[in-house]
Amino acid sequence: MTERIRPKAPRALQMILPVVLLALYLPLVVMITGSFKGWTLDWYIELFQDPTLFQALLRSVMVATSSATLSTVLAISAALALEKFVFAGRWPMRILSTISLMLPELVLSLSLLSWFSVLHWELSLATVVVAHITLVLPFAILIIAARLTSMDAAVEDAARDLGAGEWEVLSRVTLPLLKPAIISAFTLSFLLSFDDFLVTYYTNGAGNDTLPVKLYALMKSGLSPKVQALSSLMLLVSVGLVILLIKYRPKEGPES
Amino acid sequence: MTQDKSAVRFLGWAPLTWYIVFLMFPLTIVAATAFATRGLYGGIEWSFTPANFARAFDPLYVSILMRSFLLSLGTTFACFLLGFPFAYSMATASERMRNILIMLIAIPFLTNLVIRICALKAFTSFDGPLASLLTLLHVKFDPYALSQNGPLVAFGMVSTYMPLMVFPLYASLERFDFTLVEAAEDLGATFWQIATRIVIPSLKGAMLSGLLLVFIPAMGEFLIPDLLGGAKVMLAGNLVSEQFLKARDWPFGSALSALLMILLSLVVIAIRRLEKRVQ
Repeated sequence: MTERIRPKAPRALQMILPVVLLALYLPLVVMITGSFKGWTLDWYIELFQDPTLFQALLRSVMVATSSATLSTVLAISAALALEKFVFAGRWPMRILSTISLMLPELVLSLSLLSWFSVLHWELSLATVVVAHITLVLPFAILIIAARLTSMDAAVEDAARDLGAGEWEVLSRVTLPLLKPAIISAFTLSFLLSFDDFLVTYYTNGAGNDTLPVKLYALMKSGLSPKVQALSSLMLLVSVGLVILLIKYRPKEGPES
Repeated sequence: MTQDKSAVRFLGWAPLTWYIVFLMFPLTIVAATAFATRGLYGGIEWSFTPANFARAFDPLYVSILMRSFLLSLGTTFACFLLGFPFAYSMATASERMRNILIMLIAIPFLTNLVIRICALKAFTSFDGPLASLLTLLHVKFDPYALSQNGPLVAFGMVSTYMPLMVFPLYASLERFDFTLVEAAEDLGATFWQIATRIVIPSLKGAMLSGLLLVFIPAMGEFLIPDLLGGAKVMLAGNLVSEQFLKARDWPFGSALSALLMILLSLVVIAIRRLEKRVQ
């Protein structure tokens, strides 16, 4: 496709780009500078010597891996039911999915906390995983359903004509074609879960801090170069992830 | 292979059951709790009383809800005022520049909010650059109030939610046929006419999603006022969280969040109406 005509925005409007970017990035730069306070790496060394931080990181990875795995599986079934098969619960699912997409995280958090208390479930990493699945599921469904609707159904029909049963069509034709969308859904679910603060804060119970909750607790007791070092390190990870995501972004189009 | 077919059809029930058990039931419980009373030790005593809602209409709580509402509205408005020219300039830049800009706006967006707040705190701390700048300009200020105040909360909200406004606007402008603008220019339209008659009408859908994407999370925001506002800037998110996590008055907290949801729904309906009228 050739590049379309794009008349430049007026100069006055273009001025907004550097202003906004400066407002977004200047604090980050100040924070990174602050993490080297006194021009030493001591604050970073201190981080690696703190076992509670490592445990929090481990918890975050565990929670994000389990909730991303489970929500991706649920999202695949949901998307297939919504887009491919006759499914009696289609409308309730659409409605509930939209509600969870629109619901402020705060309301989701407190309602799950209330529900766990009614069920007498003790708060733990397991309740966090359950809560995170509900949080990320609609996004995972959106990604997989979008791919399903843009997929050519003729391939599946061909498989059926050649005598494949529904499970065979699913496992040998549909799912392989969905692979890029499944990977994107898993990645996004992992990131959303790993990054989440509020839902975790409400549903984790004492002594189960994930990394963002731990960072929050540290910041509550005051801003130190150590906190800034931890934040800078986590920032570095997200920058890396953005670059990876943009580089390996799934290609659009029927075959990929 | 009819047996196979029916088995495949059961797939949808797993996620639907999940939504019913872990979304519908929890929301129903909150609605029910809003009419219950607080037990002696912070538990819930099931009853049916409007007392929690009556208490929520105390001027103190109404003012907090109103403040959240106005701040969210202001945030949405500011995000649009900044986000529109941003998305416009972005969509009309060269392809290389567009990719760079997408990355530059995606990085802070995908960075954890706690980290960005930490950065703002570092920037506004008593020995930070903002304090030095103000000293240099001989502006009098309280160095310890610099990192916890209302304007900082507003700044935090706008800088956090702006990408959510930019993304849909950009996606729409990226597909926008700019030859229309050129045609209008040839016919002598002013910049203002081009903006209001051609660009904005074709962006309505994106604007609507941008408004909702910013307004809804802004109404329930907890972290920004909690860390950047201190005790002085209480917003709905903090008020509700206080009931759930500190005061352990879940019935009152539930009533407050029910009111929050009603307020949100009203805004969503109003926006939808407005959209229809414009058409």
